Amino acid sequence: MTRRGVTRNGMKKRIYLDYNATTPMDPSVREDFIRAFDDYGNGSSMHEEGRIAAKAIHRAREQVAALIHASPEEIIFTSGGSESNNTVFNTMVSPALTRSTHFREAWGGRKTIITTSIEHPCVMESARRLQELGMKVNFLSVDPFGIVDLEEYRKLLSAGISTGNVADKPLLVSIMMANNEIGTIQDIKELARLAHEAGALFHTDAVQAAGKIPVDVRDLDVDYLTISCHKIYGPKGIGALYIKKGKPIEALIRGGHQEGSLRAGTYNGPAIEAFGTAARLAGERLVDYERKTRALRNRLRDGLLAAIPDIRINGHPERVLPNTLDVSFPGAEGEAILLMMDILGISASTGSACASGSLEPSHVLVATGVGPELAHGSIRFSIGMNTTNEEIDYVLNEVPAIIRKLRGFSTVSSKAGSAE
Amino acid sequence: MSDWVYSDVVKDHFMNPRNVLEEDESSWPCDGRGIVGNIKCGDQMLILIRVKDGKIADCRWKTYGCASALASTSILSEAIKGMSLEDAYILKPEDIVAKLGGLPSNKIHCSVLGDKALRAAIDDYLERNKLPSLKGREHTEVICTCLNVTSNDIEEAYKAGDRTWEDLQARTKIGTACGGCKMRTLELLHQLEHLYGE
Repeated sequence: MTRRGVTRNGMKKRIYLDYNATTPMDPSVREDFIRAFDDYGNGSSMHEEGRIAAKAIHRAREQVAALIHASPEEIIFTSGGSESNNTVFNTMVSPALTRSTHFREAWGGRKTIITTSIEHPCVMESARRLQELGMKVNFLSVDPFGIVDLEEYRKLLSAGISTGNVADKPLLVSIMMANNEIGTIQDIKELARLAHEAGALFHTDAVQAAGKIPVDVRDLDVDYLTISCHKIYGPKGIGALYIKKGKPIEALIRGGHQEGSLRAGTYNGPAIEAFGTAARLAGERLVDYERKTRALRNRLRDGLLAAIPDIRINGHPERVLPNTLDVSFPGAEGEAILLMMDILGISASTGSACASGSLEPSHVLVATGVGPELAHGSIRFSIGMNTTNEEIDYVLNEVPAIIRKLRGFSTVSSKAGSAE
Repeated sequence: MSDWVYSDVVKDHFMNPRNVLEEDESSWPCDGRGIVGNIKCGDQMLILIRVKDGKIADCRWKTYGCASALASTSILSEAIKGMSLEDAYILKPEDIVAKLGGLPSNKIHCSVLGDKALRAAIDDYLERNKLPSLKGREHTEVICTCLNVTSNDIEEAYKAGDRTWEDLQARTKIGTACGGCKMRTLELLHQLEHLYGE
């Protein structure tokens, strides 16, 4: 079958609008990645080959740290965002918390975890694991825009004071900086300040935020922060965790002195080097990226709103990632929309249950209260730094016809968004 | 383009559905109407039939659902034209899946609505015309061969409120001998949840 999409130099090209899922490698990252395969030495070895690898890793650590305004010694490399998040949660049930008098005094006996109902599954599942292990885990609700409920948050933070029971005091708060589906950005600085006032540790999953909006660990004053390389035009399988100096942390993967004994396993030199380059470029391009993707996002949003009746833009109207546009098309089902777009050369993602093979639509959309009909009919477009106006216009040309077609087949009238 | 998610037949019926009613329902007067499924679970199917001499003379449908749900209704609509009501009544999801050239296992439940909507339409036709009901004639699958528990028994148990393997065991004794039918039963529960979903 012929490839559909925008013609570029006579070649049919697909229009990829799923950059929140993953990104292609930037050509210079790819170049560094491939070149680094020749630095085969084990970064832990003392000989020349080892020293060459270690030096490259050291430089990459500085570059990754610089992207989030951290010190290099506050960064550990992991296999990705999921591992970084798991490492933080695992720490909360580890001996790390009792290792010093200071730690024991600060967090001993605390058994309450606060997170949100819109986190990535790796945080949700890690939190549920702690629940199984006897912790009290609270999943904060969000408003229709995806912003966490501050009143509920304050109440949970102060629960230990009203009950007088130390177990009710918060040990860890974990709130994602920007949501992967709807793009809503939380006020992490304020949320972290409130957590610290209550004596809790604060973690944020910044996998979707880093490289898209400014992330400054000093300004935010968080204790832990997660980032991933493949969301910022680097290879998959490499991520990092920022751990503020002096905060408790326990190795999830044991048995080696790498990463200050906080993450065992031979250094993945090429991936780490590529991460360094990707982080450097993301930092350099940040202002440009924000300006460019926001203009494309608005073009797509305005075009869809003008061309298709009865649609809904999900997420916060302003506090939103510049590249993320989540849209519900009532009367049309998300998997069907996604696959028709795919046939026409457009790649995006959906919160529909059918696409995941489960019965539940996107937990994020459900948490914002949009209702299952709108959640099943949702499509997330996530724009990249090289997306063009021409590509957005192609999407605006094709998608209205897809929605018209599917709504025509549907038992659901688009207005009501419910049966008949 | 590399291999698509579904078979070529699914793709063809998805992109060019047959007998779909794109206009309002009232534009196609029918002899029998059946609607099943639930928007909350992501799909719903409506089948309209016209009957002549005990056979399905023509049909139209509407579906809210994913690609495999749309394709399975489309292929069903082709298959039933000219079929006697009795034969149409015993169609089962497996027949539709086979015509589609197979579906991934996690999408089978998207094909179970079509035959149910069709039976509902036939029931409606028979009731409207005060003709003898065909209820009970539909295909049933023996799920638990040790204790002879059928898919119908499980559906009835579901309607009565059973939601888990343990609920079903308490009511029907299913799988209390060898237990080999547990996986198939859980699949069925999944389908029923899809169909009746609260």
